[in-house]
Amino acid sequence: MVAQNVVFGVLAAAMGLAAIRVVTTKNVVHAALYLVVVLAGVAALYILLAAEFIAVVQVIIYIGAIVLLILFGTMLTRAPIGRASDLDNDQRWLAVVVSLLLLGVLGAVLADAYGSTKLPKGAQVQRTGDVGLSIFQTYVIPFEVVSVLLLAALVGAVVIARRD
Amino acid sequence: MYLNQFLLLAAFLFCVGVYGVLARKNAVLVLMSIELILNAVNINLVAFGLFRESVAGQVFALFVIAVAAAEVGVGLAVVILIYRNRHSIDLTEVDMMKG
Repeated sequence: MVAQNVVFGVLAAAMGLAAIRVVTTKNVVHAALYLVVVLAGVAALYILLAAEFIAVVQVIIYIGAIVLLILFGTMLTRAPIGRASDLDNDQRWLAVVVSLLLLGVLGAVLADAYGSTKLPKGAQVQRTGDVGLSIFQTYVIPFEVVSVLLLAALVGAVVIARRD
Repeated sequence: MYLNQFLLLAAFLFCVGVYGVLARKNAVLVLMSIELILNAVNINLVAFGLFRESVAGQVFALFVIAVAAAEVGVGLAVVILIYRNRHSIDLTEVDMMKG
């Protein structure tokens, strides 16, 4: 239990710092690389939560595919590659106030609702087979809907970005 | 391990993502902030799945990941279209619908 808490502390500190850098850095490519740190931290959290399949999917899809897409977007829109001073708009301080208020409200509600609730000790690892059975038995209709949604999104992206 | 430590970390990531969406004006950076928000939701889903000892949390986290992939694909297509029409992805300049 102690080792898990130490690992969680290190991960949380790294993810928090990297997340703040994603939204404050002056360099678009650096923001994408800090995003990789956050996403890898989330994958490690999934391992800590005994969800190995989600962790692998997180690495493949988020770090592999989505960050690659974002870097391609950076390249195709000729975003400033070096330091740029005009990445923030003039509502910054309002945005700081809004997100701190939101954090305060969420923190208070969570502390009130789950103050000292512990995760079950020695919880059964949810094996990949169980996840697969659940997807194809209980949740087969949402799964098919997501498939159609992905197809529609892919075709839509091609149609939108095509040069006529 | 407490349940709350995961929920509070997810809440922090969510708020950082909200700040990014509100304060950034480069469209690609706004998409990155949206990824932060979606990841916060996924941490919550998996943590509650372990808490209730049910696989439903993981299944829905997978669905969210699939929807996030679709969202990034369409979002980047829209951003590229905006860039092609206006030669800039500065979101403060996309205000044609402002009264």
